[in-house]
Amino acid sequence: MNDLPSFVISTLQATVRAGTPLLFAVLGTIFTERSGVMNLGLEGLMLVGAIGGFMASYNTSSLVVAILLAMLAGAVLGFIHAFFTVTLKINQIVSGLAITMLGTGISGLWGKDYIGVIARRFEPVKIPLLSDIPYIGRIFFEHDLLVYISFLLVPVMWFVIYKTRAGMTLRAVGESPDAADAKGINVFAVRYLFTILGASITAIGGAYLSLAYNSMWIENMTAGRGWIAIALVLFATWDPFKSLIGAYLFGGITALGLRLQAIGAHISPDFLKMLPYLLTIAVLFFTSTDTLKRKVGAPASLGIPYSREDRT
Amino acid sequence: MRIRIEKRLEIPRYAGIVVPIISVAFALLIMGVILLVFFMGRLGNLSSAFRETFEAYKEMLTWPFANRYGLFSTFMRMVPLAFVALGLSFAYRMKIWNIGGEGQLYMGALASTWGALFLFKDVKSPLMMIVLLSIIGATAGAVWALIPALMKAFARTDEIVVTLMLNYVAIFWVDYLVYGPWKDPKGYGFPGTAPFPSQARLPSFFDDEFHIGIFIALAIALLLQYIYKKTGWGFNSQIVGDNLLAARYSGINVRNYTIIALVVSGAIAGLGGAVQMMGVQHRLQHGFSPGYGYTAIIVAWLAKLNPLAILLVSFLFGGLLVGNDQLQMFYKLPMALISVFQGLVLFCLLGGEAVFKYRLAIVKEVPESE
Repeated sequence: MNDLPSFVISTLQATVRAGTPLLFAVLGTIFTERSGVMNLGLEGLMLVGAIGGFMASYNTSSLVVAILLAMLAGAVLGFIHAFFTVTLKINQIVSGLAITMLGTGISGLWGKDYIGVIARRFEPVKIPLLSDIPYIGRIFFEHDLLVYISFLLVPVMWFVIYKTRAGMTLRAVGESPDAADAKGINVFAVRYLFTILGASITAIGGAYLSLAYNSMWIENMTAGRGWIAIALVLFATWDPFKSLIGAYLFGGITALGLRLQAIGAHISPDFLKMLPYLLTIAVLFFTSTDTLKRKVGAPASLGIPYSREDRT
Repeated sequence: MRIRIEKRLEIPRYAGIVVPIISVAFALLIMGVILLVFFMGRLGNLSSAFRETFEAYKEMLTWPFANRYGLFSTFMRMVPLAFVALGLSFAYRMKIWNIGGEGQLYMGALASTWGALFLFKDVKSPLMMIVLLSIIGATAGAVWALIPALMKAFARTDEIVVTLMLNYVAIFWVDYLVYGPWKDPKGYGFPGTAPFPSQARLPSFFDDEFHIGIFIALAIALLLQYIYKKTGWGFNSQIVGDNLLAARYSGINVRNYTIIALVVSGAIAGLGGAVQMMGVQHRLQHGFSPGYGYTAIIVAWLAKLNPLAILLVSFLFGGLLVGNDQLQMFYKLPMALISVFQGLVLFCLLGGEAVFKYRLAIVKEVPESE
């Protein structure tokens, strides 16, 4: 029993690592969906982020360039999604599926020459003072830069959404595009902007996988995380702080599965691998009745293209 | 006189055929550019990259259809695609987004393997065996779809993510079995079960290269066509898909329709899994599907959910999968190319449909009266 605290702490530390890619994806998608655009293409966005970041890191050895390229790759797909859903007003669900396929395919195509190579990665950096706090320090403050950025992104996004003019505009467009338009807000521009911005933040989640979590490129390495993140957006009711809870809950179940495997528990690894997916189903089930009752958070115009011709 | 863009009041009928054809052609064009860039990177010379792209395209588009072996491979790939796409179309026409075709296919395959190797291993009559395995496969697919169906019907849980999550669960379950308890002891460590007994195999022709699964798919397509056109279900489910509120007001029990749509959808995909086992694989293997369940989504959309058109489109996409295999082997192109193409087709199709909602109209300027 001597080992118990260290087992728990290392599992919690792994929880933060496993939750970080989800956190980026959920935060990015909160931006997108707050503007009223539904994007189911997260899996594709994360994959292009993962390969884009990895390619840049391999070729330039610069992690800054790597993150910028990952964001750019996500932004390009985000732009395509915005063009089809905002300008052409096609079904957002199907466009999201197409984004997933396109992202999966393009990442596989680009990634062909990057399988099995090593690129510069994000190394853990201890934060002075904070990392000396017993327990908490080891769990939260012995990570790499991207994890700290995700910590900061949560309050920053909360502040932007609820306390700034830009956030108010964003919410207005998502809740009532008619009213926003009447007030002189360019609904189309806002939706384009936040779909692209959200996609590029989501793509960082993918880059975290290839540059820190796995530190290599594996085809389809997101393994459904994009879809789990979609469920987590519902779970978080479009609130940045709640997305933190959701992402770490899933990070926890993943980390626990891996830990149990490592210490040789008598459960098949295939069943442990099912856990996050089963948990996603459970989360969706419990949030669906819940959100229905309270109707909190969901942008009222989510999934509905805005068309000036059809105004009533 | 000037030209302006205006919204069409009615989408012309020919759009249903013209748009898919143009969109596939357009997607091929864009993919050609992507391939050109890819070969440029590899060969570093524009004219040889052009030649290579052209050759690769010729190979991809002709090989699957132009010779005996290619054609048989195309048929083989067509069958599971057709089953899953037919199943998906049954839910899609009610705007229920089942994207769990892959998992339902896997569950059908898993259950029929269980039947062939364990449950019905004493059944000697081939006909009996095939019927039993088909039933158990379809049931497994139906049960797999029943989970999201009940969740959607009673808790209004969004079916998209649930059906997709169940794909992963089904694939891991199959992995667990073929690497673990069901692994063939004589399989040299290969992740697969023991082969099916001979009475559990579908009748086949032409040196076993062509099995009767295609006729089962045809029968289902005809049955669906009949249901859509001639029955109350066909009419009502169309209303549910087009206008949920109108459906409720006209007294349709939307909850029951939702459940049945998803369950039947899963059953057809599950049957496809059983047919794939009995007709082609003859054993359950790790990763036996190269994403049939996802390609089937595109097939169903391109075919506009029309059952007979689904057969035609799955033949073409079966050929595409075979062509993609050729490219992978002879041009060292990645498997992922097919996903790129599928994404492009979907976008071109959607874009084409959006554009078709408008038309160019020539407006004669009316001179202002003095």
